[in-house]
Amino acid sequence: MAQLKHRDSHDLGMHTEQLAGRTQQTFFDPAAEENFLYPGAFEVDFNKVAEIDAAELSITDVNLRIRELMKQGHGTINVKNPGAKHSLGVGILNRLNLNFEGSLGYFGCGLIDGPNVRISGRVGWSCAENMMAGTVVIEKNAGSTFGAAMRGGDLVCKGDAGSRVGIDQKGGTIIVGGRVGMNSGFMMQRGRMVILGDSGPNLGDSMYDGTIYIAGKYESLGVDAVVGEMTDTDVKWLTHKLAMYGLEAPNGIENITKIISGKQLWNYDNLEPMEKKLVL
Amino acid sequence: MCGIAGLIHKGSSADVGSEMTAMLQALKHRGPDSTGYALYGVPQDDRHIMRYKVAEGAEVEKGFDIHKKMAARIELVTEKLKERGATILSDDEATEYARRVVFTYDGDMEELANYIEDIESVEILSIGSALELIKDLGDAKRVSGQYHLNGFQGTHGMGHTRMATESDVDIRSAHPYWAYPYSDVAVVHNGQLTNYWTARRRLEHKGHRFKSNCDSELIAVYIADKLEQGIELEAAMRQSVSDLDGVFTYIVATSNSLGIAKDSMAAKPLVLYESDDFVVMASEEVAIRSIFPHEIDTFDPYEGEVRVWHS
Repeated sequence: MAQLKHRDSHDLGMHTEQLAGRTQQTFFDPAAEENFLYPGAFEVDFNKVAEIDAAELSITDVNLRIRELMKQGHGTINVKNPGAKHSLGVGILNRLNLNFEGSLGYFGCGLIDGPNVRISGRVGWSCAENMMAGTVVIEKNAGSTFGAAMRGGDLVCKGDAGSRVGIDQKGGTIIVGGRVGMNSGFMMQRGRMVILGDSGPNLGDSMYDGTIYIAGKYESLGVDAVVGEMTDTDVKWLTHKLAMYGLEAPNGIENITKIISGKQLWNYDNLEPMEKKLVL
Repeated sequence: MCGIAGLIHKGSSADVGSEMTAMLQALKHRGPDSTGYALYGVPQDDRHIMRYKVAEGAEVEKGFDIHKKMAARIELVTEKLKERGATILSDDEATEYARRVVFTYDGDMEELANYIEDIESVEILSIGSALELIKDLGDAKRVSGQYHLNGFQGTHGMGHTRMATESDVDIRSAHPYWAYPYSDVAVVHNGQLTNYWTARRRLEHKGHRFKSNCDSELIAVYIADKLEQGIELEAAMRQSVSDLDGVFTYIVATSNSLGIAKDSMAAKPLVLYESDDFVVMASEEVAIRSIFPHEIDTFDPYEGEVRVWHS
């Protein structure tokens, strides 16, 4: 077995954070990313508005109805009475303004790439799991594993969120207006998480990379999570990002604590390609 | 997977039978094998309500001469109650194999319960001044219809929809579990306890008995053991978070209170809604929505969290 080379992950070019956008596509021109459409995506007009009453519809029927309306060119869809049903608004790879007037159950808005979603109620476990791009804004609380394995885009919960927020986060931005539970940021790999309230124990446990900003108190930091130095860039970025969603740090942005990886754990980034194969 | 739900009215009573049925039916997808209720009417100190069964579902369908045997078992239960000095106030058939008896009795309840359970295939589901425990195979609509639970007036209740993973699809393995032989204490649970056998042996050494091999029963007996020692319900539940190993969310109820506890990893879900006069909780919000279709603010309790409410 080849000798391990303990090189900094920067040397391997794997440190760059992707703050937003699709992680599945490589773009060399920002405009190309902005204008990207999936093959088969529907041309929609945001001024063309439609409404769905989900009260008596099954989950599949609601999702198929959204697709049908997009196919007809509707760019703004309002869903009434979602009734905390699971898996609503999933797998949308299209530009769309999607508004849920109420709460969603588990796995809402997972695997989306592009739409702007607003939810007036609460979301259950695993909201926006594997989200790739777009925005999801929740006005109330969120359950556990919020934004799990998220890859890009902005995911915002204005209330409290459960445990394991941003577990395995691979990109994008998660913002929680209130408290988060234990093991948030567990095995985070890239992206940014902003917590405006307090955190439960083990914040950022075993994080590979990425950044967690916390305005409140954390019960404890996880293994290899360390306090980093706030820079002007951090302040500028936080100011801009929080203003976008009408949020404020309760004690001012300058008093936010930055948490990063101490990079003392075994890290796949430090492995040679052949060794990666063995490990993965 | 399993689904759990509970509710408590503070300072009033309501049709908790219908409310629980709506919630449990909404959780059917989490466990279609059996459904159970622990419903709490207004407690009356001078009377006891016993729910018991004289056969399992499969036995009723295939057992040799079973109808005659069930009738004989019911007759024996009545005889033994009277023999021990209980005065039967009413004795109603819930199903062919399950009955509800209301009686007065001043003696040792554990002794009475043991005496009755000596009868072959007789299993006491619950004894309490307020608690009535009903469980059977199928979904909530089926069980509620079978046992006429819609219209049950009470202060609180909880229920369970079971997906059988580690034990049989039968009534014995269905939840809730009564903390035999302690009046009015019952538990529903979603999760797995990994120190079940060591904790069970510890409780058995203290004289407690178990009627099933289901880890959820352990929680009921554990809580009852603490209550018997004079420990308050909330303190007992807080202790359980460190004493019980595994992933769990459970709901426990006594004659006048209802509480929830989550493990220290918050690995199992629970959604809560609390107002000044009502608290409702379920594994999924969709169950809460079945009785609150309008917009309400719900939230998840955090890791290791324990809460108790009183009726």
